[in-house]
Amino acid sequence: MNAMEANDLRDLYQDLILDHGKRPRNFRAVPTANHEALGHNPLCGDRLNLYVTVDNNGVIQDAAFQGSGCAISVASASMMTEMLKGKTAAQAAHLFDYLHNACTGKPADANGIDSDDIDRIQALSGVRDYPIRVKCATLAWHTLQAALKDEKKVSTE
Amino acid sequence: MTNAAEACATANGEELFACAAPQHFAVDQYRADFPALAQQIHGRPLVYLDTGASALKPRMVIESMSRFMETDYANIHRGVHTLSQRATDKYEAVRATVRRFINAEYDDEIIFTRGATESINLVAQTWGRTCLKTGDEIVITALEHHANIVPWQMLRDQTGISLRIVPVTPEGDVRLEDVKAALSPRTKLVAVAHISNVLGTVLPVREIAALAHAAGAKILIDGCQAVSHMPVDVRDIDADFYVFSGHKLYGPNAIGILYGKRDILAQMPPYQGGGDMIESVTFEKTTYKEPPHRFEAGTPPITEVIGLGAAIEYISTIGMARIARHETDILAYATEKLSRINSLKIIGTSPHKAGIVSFTMEHAHPHDIGTILDRQGVAVRAGHHCAQPLMEFMGIGATARASFGLYTSRADIDALAAAVAKVQEIFA
Repeated sequence: MNAMEANDLRDLYQDLILDHGKRPRNFRAVPTANHEALGHNPLCGDRLNLYVTVDNNGVIQDAAFQGSGCAISVASASMMTEMLKGKTAAQAAHLFDYLHNACTGKPADANGIDSDDIDRIQALSGVRDYPIRVKCATLAWHTLQAALKDEKKVSTE
Repeated sequence: MTNAAEACATANGEELFACAAPQHFAVDQYRADFPALAQQIHGRPLVYLDTGASALKPRMVIESMSRFMETDYANIHRGVHTLSQRATDKYEAVRATVRRFINAEYDDEIIFTRGATESINLVAQTWGRTCLKTGDEIVITALEHHANIVPWQMLRDQTGISLRIVPVTPEGDVRLEDVKAALSPRTKLVAVAHISNVLGTVLPVREIAALAHAAGAKILIDGCQAVSHMPVDVRDIDADFYVFSGHKLYGPNAIGILYGKRDILAQMPPYQGGGDMIESVTFEKTTYKEPPHRFEAGTPPITEVIGLGAAIEYISTIGMARIARHETDILAYATEKLSRINSLKIIGTSPHKAGIVSFTMEHAHPHDIGTILDRQGVAVRAGHHCAQPLMEFMGIGATARASFGLYTSRADIDALAAAVAKVQEIFA
């Protein structure tokens, strides 16, 4: 492996991704959550159960997940649960929009997004050079949309 | 299967090496026949280990199809003109080529389809819908490809039959006693893979056929992975139906084969209606041609049939027994090499294996393995391999799969092992 190829792979598998992939945060079932959905990517068999608790003011109080998948999809879900706390559905939608653009190499509007969140999304955006892996990075977010709309199942295929 | 291949495939680890005689198999010479192998992927020479999904094409297949379209192409069975006659003759000649290749008795037992999937659907929707009724049973195994599961489920929902599933051992074997236990007087069909596309297990199809016949059932064998890896003799197996796809056999896509015994095909109604499958048509009544043309409605994939014929000629010239011996050597070499990697686990450890090594790694998901290998020029498949029930049965979500062909070299396996080391490095 030459240096160029090694850097290339490390763009995808950055330390933050590997860390979240190995030790996912908020990895638990939440029976009391008022929104949940199952995300499934049939191409690689990734599955995740997402649990979101939204308070009366429409603010996400807790987000957690359980499931299995590749490093990218687990890391993305883990980082998403960290990002969601304290955000409204509209803010979450803006984050997804930003993430989707970053992961597909399109211009992304970072206006109003915390620098911590930008860092997390930056780490994920290595998938832009791996088009087939974009679905891995976005599965959790598609599942979030389904959960907030109270659709029980979502598939990225 | 020839005796030599059988001995190799069924021997234990050490004997596998003893019976390997790769010296006389000029793999580098054959590799030069495959233009795709000359390219680089991400700056590395292509190491193509996804033949189980689809085989690369030798130059002579590509050229035979081009030449046919340039000089002989016309619609078949229709024109009185010279080109139509020439195209018809070449098309029908491939039926004889396929017949010889699998040692069927008659040319009219060979039906051209769009692929093995269509072959199985054809049997389900013609033979199945006319011959089966509520209460009848079809026996399949837990290791089947979706193509040998879903058509039977559709037939089940149409006719009220039921499916019985023969389990697979943790090593990936199908035991004859388990097949026997699944059979009953209600069994009308046993539908099994010849070689598992995930585990590489070679099933004892000859013995399974004997059990099926003793129970009064027919047997359909999905030979997609087998025909490219070893000699297949449908009469020796005593298969009632045998199906495979052209593209896994170094031929083009969109062409497949259904072999069926003459007397069974004769009782089957048409699959699709259209041109070329009829004897006469009036608005009151249409009569159909005899097999095989009864099952080939419309203009078939003519050029693809020519390509498949060329592919069979190509591998027959090399010799299926020699290809089987070569791939057995590669399988043994790969098994030995990958077994040395601690974090890697081979899925499917039957002593009866051919051409496929599925594996998982401790910290890396198969999809991540696939991406990292690809960046080093190594093409493998990652996922459930269209065998989700088997994955569930084995308690795994997915595997990475390296599958071999006649062009696979020991150097390819060395590159695979080196690429796997990179996965370990990233996920350490």
